Amino acid sequence: MTEPPLSFGARLALAFACFFRVLFDGRYAARVSAAAASAPALPAPEPEPEAAEPNVEPALQLLALLQREGSLVDFLQQDVSEFGDADVGAAARAVHDRCARALSRQARLIPIVTEEEGATLTLEAGFDSAAIKLTGNVRGAPPYRGVVRHRGWRAESFELPRVVGEGDAHIVAPAELEL
Amino acid sequence: MSAARFVVGIDLGTTHTALASAELDDPAARPRIFAVPQLVARGAVEARALLPSFIYFAADGEGPLPLPWDSARSFAVGEYARARGAESPARVISSAKSWLSHGGIDRRAPALPPNAPEDVERISPVEASWRYLDHLSEAWQAAPESTGEPLGDQELILAVPASFDAAARDLTVEAAYAAGLENVTLLEEPQAALYAWLAAMGEGWRDALRVGDVVLVIDIGGGTTDFSAIAALERAGELELRRVAVGDHILLGGDNMDLALAHQARARLEAKGHELDRWQLHALTFAARAAKERLLGDPSLERVPVAVPGRGSRLVGSTLSDELTREDVTRVLLDGFFPEVAATARPAARARTALTQLGLPYASDAAITKHLASFLARQAGATQELPGFEASTGALLHPTAVLFNGGVTKSPLVRERLLSTLNRWLAEDGAGAVRALADTDADLAVARGAAYYGLVRRGRGLRIRGGTARAYYVGIESPMPAVPGLQPPVNALCVAPFGMDEGTDAELPPIELGVVVGEPVSFRFFSSTVRRDDRAGTELERWSADELVELSPIELTLPAEGRAEGDVVPVRLDARVTPVGTLLLEAVPLEPRVADERWKLELSVRET
Repeated sequence: MTEPPLSFGARLALAFACFFRVLFDGRYAARVSAAAASAPALPAPEPEPEAAEPNVEPALQLLALLQREGSLVDFLQQDVSEFGDADVGAAARAVHDRCARALSRQARLIPIVTEEEGATLTLEAGFDSAAIKLTGNVRGAPPYRGVVRHRGWRAESFELPRVVGEGDAHIVAPAELEL
Repeated sequence: MSAARFVVGIDLGTTHTALASAELDDPAARPRIFAVPQLVARGAVEARALLPSFIYFAADGEGPLPLPWDSARSFAVGEYARARGAESPARVISSAKSWLSHGGIDRRAPALPPNAPEDVERISPVEASWRYLDHLSEAWQAAPESTGEPLGDQELILAVPASFDAAARDLTVEAAYAAGLENVTLLEEPQAALYAWLAAMGEGWRDALRVGDVVLVIDIGGGTTDFSAIAALERAGELELRRVAVGDHILLGGDNMDLALAHQARARLEAKGHELDRWQLHALTFAARAAKERLLGDPSLERVPVAVPGRGSRLVGSTLSDELTREDVTRVLLDGFFPEVAATARPAARARTALTQLGLPYASDAAITKHLASFLARQAGATQELPGFEASTGALLHPTAVLFNGGVTKSPLVRERLLSTLNRWLAEDGAGAVRALADTDADLAVARGAAYYGLVRRGRGLRIRGGTARAYYVGIESPMPAVPGLQPPVNALCVAPFGMDEGTDAELPPIELGVVVGEPVSFRFFSSTVRRDDRAGTELERWSADELVELSPIELTLPAEGRAEGDVVPVRLDARVTPVGTLLLEAVPLEPRVADERWKLELSVRET
């Protein structure tokens, strides 16, 4: 099978997308490398290796980012029970403000359903059951008709900074020593 | 050098740098913003549309600050450098551009960061600028969309404030050369903003601009405010745009407004008994900026809380909070920076100290409307000699349209205040109201517009003409009997008239100057943004204080070439505007010893 050639613009966009995905996604990189090695036969997607250890580094990176930008870890690690609402509120505001900014820069989050919460929605057979969770009086086969209780979130895009150098990902926030 | 494949526009801003590019071979090309990879935290690189114009020098013990293309780097440019500015300010350079245009210092001397500890090797304002450009160059080269073609091989347009004088323009080009960017042309930022508007309008500009229009560009950046007037006239049946006036260099911008609001909140926090350290003040300024953007952006909002986290890991209980209100914004920002003054108001000359950083000649009056009134009054005659324009009958230049640029002007309140003030002045002066041109993306318009100008130069759009925005003069002592205690009066000899186009020469003025062979001779140097009619050779005996501005002196050393040291050699000064857009002043000996003997005058000499 021969695909028609892509336009330059499409190639540029693809090259750009591939560049970052190859950088951040080891498995994808391995597939690209394999594809480049045996160009004519595109290998079928390999079966997922069984029960590989999850790679926690990107998660730690995100944690570090939210701590760096908005002190999220500080906030969550502190016992707030001894403080009044005013103190918690003030801190929450500082954290919220900065974390919200950081999150909106890294991720594009959109609601999964366009209907407002409280509106009714009918789902036909074949709806994406991972994207829409049925609750309440669930019975029988679709179509299902119900009230939207939560619009859901989908990360349309998500980017993490590229890691450079030999940092220790487990350092979520460095200690600070003022000289 | 291979042929350029892209035209690249660079906005080398006081607080942010941005780059846009367009492919030259693609007839449908539109400038695209290049996301600049930069260190955003230790060990984390991200590509962002804006590269903060900050440099951080790591201490020895801190280890390297690697980039994808350099694992051993000991300094950082961009977001991480800016963040370090709060934590370790003595190792961070900011506002290098303001230092670059500061005529009172030697801009090639290593002076930055101003309060650096001994282990930091200081660099000059010129070098700081080239490091930003160098970062762009390296980032470009490493990025996939450049396809590995060096930035230096592309056609580069570098935007500079219209208010930059010849020396600041020269130094900017010097920084570009040092970064290996030699194929560069300068473009005034307000023109770049108008080009961005033209690019965004497509063919629609024909409905939005008419012959007889005068577009006032109000460009309020992070650190500087820049005014320009661009007239639309008819020439051979076609509309032609001509930049007819530029304003003075005003070191005043959005950052001053953030600081003013932060100080407002700080005063209230301190009244409640909280002491803020430097780090907290920085955090407060950050919060004030966010609050400012929300309050200025949404007129229905009454108050925005600001919170300053404590230093340690115990956040709850140590976070200070205050709120900024509509009243703060009205009083501190609108009435402080955009007061509704009369058209006759002028900026106060006395230096204020409250909000300024040591060393830079910040505007002494924060009222942007006063600076604007002053600009319109000084430039009242800017259009009177244009074909089709009537001589002004009023006291002000009469713009018919306004184009806003710069982050602060995104606010409808700021635009509304500027427009209503402007329209009141115009009505009092017997002129019609202005209309606002459609917005462009105020943060990225200059880079985009600069790239678009590269396409326009190839005949793909309407070009703004106008030549140099200033006339230049050297000071000549007029012969008179010596009077003890009295400086001999100085006449100003025009060497470069107003409106010289790139790549042209001024005629040689008839006046000869005597230059001593073998020793540096320094001349006082002046410029004027209002004296449009002086020709090369015009000699002024007196002028009013706001007509001519004294710049750093210029210097010339005439090598002997067979003449005796100490001899006085008669020369004439030849002015030329290079294709790059810089002013070149050369001394031409009347009796040359070698063919085509001419000696370059150094423009950017330290004030003595």
